[in-house]
Amino acid sequence: MSAGDIPGVTVVETEPAEQAPEVDARPRRMTLNMGPQHPSTHGVLRLVLDLDGETIVASQPDIGYLHTGIEKEFEVKNYQQGVTLTDRIDYLAPLSNNLCYCLAVEKLLGLEIPPMAQWTRVMLTELTRLNSHLVWLGTHAIDIGAMSVFLYCFREREDILRIFEMYSGQRMMTSYFRIGGLALEPPRGWQKRIKTFIDVFPSRVDEYEELLTNNRIWIGRTQGVGKISLADMLDLGVTGPMLRAAGLKWDTRKAQPYSSYEKFDFEVPTRTENDVYARYLVRIEEMRQSARIVKQALEGMPEGRWTADAPHVVLPDREKMKTQMEALIYHFKIVTEGFGVPAGEVYQVIESPRGEVGYYVVSDGTAKPYRVHVRGPSFGNLQAVPCMIQGTLIADVIASIGSMDFVLGDTDR
Amino acid sequence: MIPDDVKNFPVVAALSSAEPEAVLGAKFDREELTLEIAAAKIVSVCAHLKNEQKFVRLSTVTTVDWFPEEPRFEVVYHLHSLERNERLRLKCRLAGANPEIDSVTCVWRGAGWYERETFDLFGIHFRNHPDLRRIMLPEDWEGFPLRKDYPITGNRV
Repeated sequence: MSAGDIPGVTVVETEPAEQAPEVDARPRRMTLNMGPQHPSTHGVLRLVLDLDGETIVASQPDIGYLHTGIEKEFEVKNYQQGVTLTDRIDYLAPLSNNLCYCLAVEKLLGLEIPPMAQWTRVMLTELTRLNSHLVWLGTHAIDIGAMSVFLYCFREREDILRIFEMYSGQRMMTSYFRIGGLALEPPRGWQKRIKTFIDVFPSRVDEYEELLTNNRIWIGRTQGVGKISLADMLDLGVTGPMLRAAGLKWDTRKAQPYSSYEKFDFEVPTRTENDVYARYLVRIEEMRQSARIVKQALEGMPEGRWTADAPHVVLPDREKMKTQMEALIYHFKIVTEGFGVPAGEVYQVIESPRGEVGYYVVSDGTAKPYRVHVRGPSFGNLQAVPCMIQGTLIADVIASIGSMDFVLGDTDR
Repeated sequence: MIPDDVKNFPVVAALSSAEPEAVLGAKFDREELTLEIAAAKIVSVCAHLKNEQKFVRLSTVTTVDWFPEEPRFEVVYHLHSLERNERLRLKCRLAGANPEIDSVTCVWRGAGWYERETFDLFGIHFRNHPDLRRIMLPEDWEGFPLRKDYPITGNRV
């Protein structure tokens, strides 16, 4: 496949061949612009590739096309309003970002979250992981040429989005986790919906594997492609399934558990091949493990409240607000001015589908955050692109960057 | 200076013996350790923490603007050690006029984009950075949006 055949790719500039006196006709060096509207860059990533024939000599990712100033926006919203911004950072894993931000602010407040809310958070965050991995698998397979996998993946993704809709009224931008617990009481009949889904899901993963795992074309396009050493990845700030496919058994859910992950029984899958195929296998296994966690959460869901016992943070029940003076005062105060958060700073880290999400929240004691910095996993992962694709063929670029599973909203914020 | 409850942390003890001048202050709050580092010493401190103390990962670099206080900027580094399962926060205070600090890209290559982001949005200049350009905003953008004196809305005149 030559560069000109790839849709969306335009040759922008050709340098004249270096004065080649010998007969040895070296292929011309060429600079190729890939993106930002390229269908396979999943958003608005622009890669400037320096080519020698079809081999990549150097590359330069160009980001920022989706920069929306979210970190500035946090500073003029009160703490609870900030939750809605976190949805929009990584739009394929909104609940993971909700959770990380809420945990950070709750740590500043010193809030104790009831077990029922913690378990529901774990269950929905794992469904988010499934949702994100399904989108990744479908689109990654399309990039490489396996069209049908996409349809299978989006069938299950639709079920998950319906579950989110049932919980929060929203399919994608759920904002379901709030500082102090959950936004709403879990809907009636949630157990049945989750059970129906989780009972069939493992057999659906078998279906994806049937289409891909032993598929000779899939193996040919992915095995041995996109290699990068573990030392390079750690140095460049790569996290998540990329590291686990290189044999590093690191998962924040196990190493520094949050939101009662320590009470769940699951494995951290690793591979050692460190190529696109290994990353695929790791994510497939992660889906199976997430399904296990959801099942455990479903079966062992504790009884109790879905919000913390903190009247100055959590809005009172409607009934109480209408009958009790105290509740009405709290309601008025929270709605009009928000709640103050003790001065201090916190860096909360969780394991999102893409790797390490970190929220650095600085409070000066008022009702609005003084500063919120978001460490998105995609930003760190993308930084390793030049190192990963150097010396490989242009046709492998799509497979390589697809295996990173980045989201540009998360990169540019 | 360094409070007594923090002095005996292995990281703090080792760092203050290796770089006695570098640690200006320390805090252990909400189970997170913060060290304030002299800005001139940041590279040697980071090299020590990475090479001797196994903080192999740099999680993120950012800045907090304490305008109108002086020194105005606080450059914040979050380090992570897989082996010790520990996280550590370093801070350097910089003056508001011409904020400059040495780049830590020579310690972790991954600092590159984080420092570019900090340069782009706060205008902190990282000395010896191999490629210090704007990363989020267009090249010809004026001003540094995450500074506290940069308005959130309004039209450019």
